[in-house]
Amino acid sequence: MLFFLARRVGVMLVTALCLTFVVFYLTNIPAKLETLAKTQAGSRISDAEVASWLDRNGYNQPMLVRYGEWLGVARGWTRQLDDGSMTGRCYLLTGTTIPGAAPERCGLVQGHWGNSTRFRAPVAEVIGARLGATGMLMLWVLIVMVPMALIVGVLAGMREGSRTDRTLSTFAIASTATPEYVSGVVFIALLASSTVGLSPLLVSWGWIEGPVLFQGNARSALEGITFWNFALPVMTVALYGMGYVARITRASMTEVMTQQYIRTARLKGVSFPSIVLRHALRNALIAPFTVIMLQIPWLLNGVVIVEVLFSYPGFGWTLFEAAANNDIELLLAASVVAVLVVLVTQLISDIGYVWLNPRIRVT
Amino acid sequence: MMDPLSWLDILGRLLVQLLPVWLALLVLFALSIGFKRRLGLYGKLFDSAVGMIGFALVMFWVFAALFANMIITHDPLAQFSGMRNATPGTPLRDPAGGYEVFLLGGDALARDVFSRMIIGAREVLRIAPFAAMISFMIGISLGLPAGYIGGRLDTGLTFVANLVLAFPVILLFFLLVAPEIQNTAIPRVMAGILFLMPVLFFTVLLNARFFTQPLKRNLYVGAVLVIGLWAYSGLAFNADPFGIWGMSPNLLNVFVAVVFVNAPTVFRIVRGITMDIRTRDYVSAAQTRGEGPWYIMLWEILPNARGPLIVDFCLRIGYTTILLGTLGFFGLGVAPESPDWGSTINQGRRLLTVYPHAALAPALALMSLVLGLNLLADGLREESLKD
Repeated sequence: MLFFLARRVGVMLVTALCLTFVVFYLTNIPAKLETLAKTQAGSRISDAEVASWLDRNGYNQPMLVRYGEWLGVARGWTRQLDDGSMTGRCYLLTGTTIPGAAPERCGLVQGHWGNSTRFRAPVAEVIGARLGATGMLMLWVLIVMVPMALIVGVLAGMREGSRTDRTLSTFAIASTATPEYVSGVVFIALLASSTVGLSPLLVSWGWIEGPVLFQGNARSALEGITFWNFALPVMTVALYGMGYVARITRASMTEVMTQQYIRTARLKGVSFPSIVLRHALRNALIAPFTVIMLQIPWLLNGVVIVEVLFSYPGFGWTLFEAAANNDIELLLAASVVAVLVVLVTQLISDIGYVWLNPRIRVT
Repeated sequence: MMDPLSWLDILGRLLVQLLPVWLALLVLFALSIGFKRRLGLYGKLFDSAVGMIGFALVMFWVFAALFANMIITHDPLAQFSGMRNATPGTPLRDPAGGYEVFLLGGDALARDVFSRMIIGAREVLRIAPFAAMISFMIGISLGLPAGYIGGRLDTGLTFVANLVLAFPVILLFFLLVAPEIQNTAIPRVMAGILFLMPVLFFTVLLNARFFTQPLKRNLYVGAVLVIGLWAYSGLAFNADPFGIWGMSPNLLNVFVAVVFVNAPTVFRIVRGITMDIRTRDYVSAAQTRGEGPWYIMLWEILPNARGPLIVDFCLRIGYTTILLGTLGFFGLGVAPESPDWGSTINQGRRLLTVYPHAALAPALALMSLVLGLNLLADGLREESLKD
């Protein structure tokens, strides 16, 4: 088991290195650097000014060297200014100009994530705060999605081919066919508009106090999460992810229900609810567990869409802003986080699968 | 000037406007149900209600895209005075002999929502099935040897596939589908590698089967090479001497990104199925007969893996449609005026709480197409399991 873990962690590190290099390469192609220079130093500057801006800010070295700088294995660039003070990657990051006061290397290894050019703040601060906001969203999504998906899947799978099964399966298929930008738009039009949909009706009947049933903008959820401002974003993400988990649960449940031990229990005269709850459920939930873990990175897509749609400033919204402004170090940090989420959930799902299923042994 | 239409009138007029689609659907279903016993798996689809509903939804949009020129009421790019954010059923101020109402209203730029939605189907159906097909050929050409031969090749390919899969799709899109990237060699190089796979696939496929009959082999492989390389030069490098095959840099960029995201998943599926089928008796029999590895992979294993692959193909077209919508939603890789569903939703969402019709129409269109594909896949899965 230890060897298995060590190998997995090794593969994870190599994967993360490869992926960050790809991100680094794609954000540092000359055309993108030019865009960055123009957003930072003014959009009407000439080509010569662009070149000198890039040179002054240390963007003119070979790409591999700069990737090494970012990782913290290569020396950060330095330059002596006219008045004798020093500037450079590490001088800027530690906020000093005295020659020799800054460390030689300052990258990921040393704990420096760099500065965000879009938000004009250290990347670690930006990412930390936004991850917290997205964490809340994800938490509620999982709280809503997982029980719903499992209940739908188990109910559909326990009597294969019944009317309940057909209805719930169709519902699950419909939910996988509704991406976030569709369900979000439908929800807002139906529930969060003061001129169309349900809200004006409910107001005229005097059933609700405010102008709308739910709020279509989740920015206020940063101060305090309420059902009113958070229900729609959570539902939007949960709905799309739910169908898939429900279908896997159903497939797993139908398979378990045909097993010999279920038949034996039935012949012994155990009641149907008891068979489902005590004999089938535990075996049927192994597959959904791994799928739920693998679903988490997949929800990240939905989170970006929903955060942009409901203007909720979380991790996804930050990723969108960073990409739109080619904020290199923020994008890199965001991709490190995203890739780590993917790899760690994969690892957990593998370990969980082995742990839950006694038939599989890792040697 | 006439009065605004009621919802019933709008519905009636929509049904009339979509007449070519209803007729085509009627003919298709009548013929298919009439001959369903002779049509193999496709015919069996008409035994399952779910499959038929799904197929009808998909074909509705296929026919809508085909007959779009007959169906649309106005030029999808033209702006009409006084029709900004017009509600559904609003009559035009000055029809000038054209159709006199905006059936589903106008968008923020005073364009007809209905016509844009129908033309949008054409945009989506032009890319999604084609991209899914290329992804499948790449996944099959790499997944078969990875599963059949195994060893180092398998380890290497699986590592690369996992690498791509570990990338959050949305981050990859943000990075890869950008105007700055379009001007570099990256999309061309990727297209050069990705589009070469289908040509190689067909060459090897036919060569493995017919290499004992050189005359036939030369004919088939030659035809594939001529047509394949001709299309390849046009699609990947925009160097078609006759100018028939070609893609704008925008489209190529989107296409490459979508294929790149889809192919590793197909690879994993094919590899899994191959590892399962490899142990069957008929594969051993072929090995004993002395068949070559490519013949066994392409003519023994692949046909027996077709069931799950056809099902996944339908699902993948749906997923590709969703991905294209996502790209449009973030305004990535689409022309500013493009009527594709994703970017129409994106433009409509700014005034969503006041005038929802501009975003709702394409949203529901996209959902119904993907739902149709998913139901179709479900019907096919059920029917193919009955064998």
